[in-house]
Amino acid sequence: MTTQEIELKALMLASLNGEAASHRMLLDRLSRHLRAYYKRKLVRVGRSQEEAEDLVQEALLAIHLKRHTYDTGTLLTPWVHAIARYKLIDYLRRTRASGSELPIEAAEEFTAFDDHVAVESTYDIGRLLAQLPIKARQAIEGVKLEGKTVAETAARYGMSESGVKINIHRGLKVLAALIRQESRG
Amino acid sequence: MKTEELMDMLSADVTAVKRHALTRTIGVAIAMRSVLAIGGALAALGIRGDLADSTALAYMLAKLAFALTIVAVASIYLTRLARPGGENRTNALVIAAPFAAIVLLAAINLLLAPSSHWDKMIVGNDWLECILSIPIIAILPFAVTMWAVRKAAPTDLVRAGTFAGLVAGGISALGYALHCTDDSLPFVAVWYGGTIALCTLAGAMLGPRLLRW
Repeated sequence: MTTQEIELKALMLASLNGEAASHRMLLDRLSRHLRAYYKRKLVRVGRSQEEAEDLVQEALLAIHLKRHTYDTGTLLTPWVHAIARYKLIDYLRRTRASGSELPIEAAEEFTAFDDHVAVESTYDIGRLLAQLPIKARQAIEGVKLEGKTVAETAARYGMSESGVKINIHRGLKVLAALIRQESRG
Repeated sequence: MKTEELMDMLSADVTAVKRHALTRTIGVAIAMRSVLAIGGALAALGIRGDLADSTALAYMLAKLAFALTIVAVASIYLTRLARPGGENRTNALVIAAPFAAIVLLAAINLLLAPSSHWDKMIVGNDWLECILSIPIIAILPFAVTMWAVRKAAPTDLVRAGTFAGLVAGGISALGYALHCTDDSLPFVAVWYGGTIALCTLAGAMLGPRLLRW
């Protein structure tokens, strides 16, 4: 087992326990791996590297939303790699120009690192948020964007605290779906 | 959108994740549907009336054991396939084991019987009812199982769909076995095996459409 696996898994376990700082650090480290992975793959299938960041963000959202599917008794990197690969194949299918099938190797080292930090996707967060149901938008804007606590957001919009949490989760799911639609063809 | 912004957004107020939530969702879905399918089959078709006869009882138990084995094995694999990368930890060939076992038993059974009985043993009385009932009873368990798997994150959709179809077919056979009075192993192999295989195939075909996330 590599030190990288041990470190990432420790962050994941902490994040599953609800530790926000660990979650942030985990996403940050994974984003670098994802960026290197997608750039390499996209080049190999003859696509532009510019598309990599859209995929990085889609995969980060998926990792966040599907973190309950990680079996803590197994290694973390194969789990991340499976998600990354699934999202890549899904993306290539959706945005395919020609009808060609693209082979993606099943198992590969997931170790490369890309430290390109100031990166942006083609998604417009404002426009995406505007498409969310009102309560989900309020919850996400309050807690996730303005950094208010769940209690403050709940009080401001007249929701219960659990209502805010449910709406955040729902909103992020809708957001992930919107991103998939956006990059269609 | 900057990736930094997205990560900040996802990390604000992270809620703890319940362990084993996934296994529970799929397990509960399958268990609930099994009970409902059996109840539904009993209400619509009724239980066979000759259970006082020990041969009839033995055949019913054998059919139930066949269906239950399929449901149990397929559920275990489905729970693995519902997780990203789960396909690397499953051998799709196990799917063939219960079918191979029943076909083998049926073949032995046929060889031991005079060939004049073969037609009767294979075709039975109610083969039509059997091939209609099992897929129909399977529809709801299939929908519920697919829904539960979709909430997880399967990364091999064909394989996840296949096992969801197998679970649904098995659950349905469980219900139909309580009613079915065709007592011969070749009948079970052909009509039960065939209809469950059909459900499995339907799952494989629908998986990539229904399970995308």
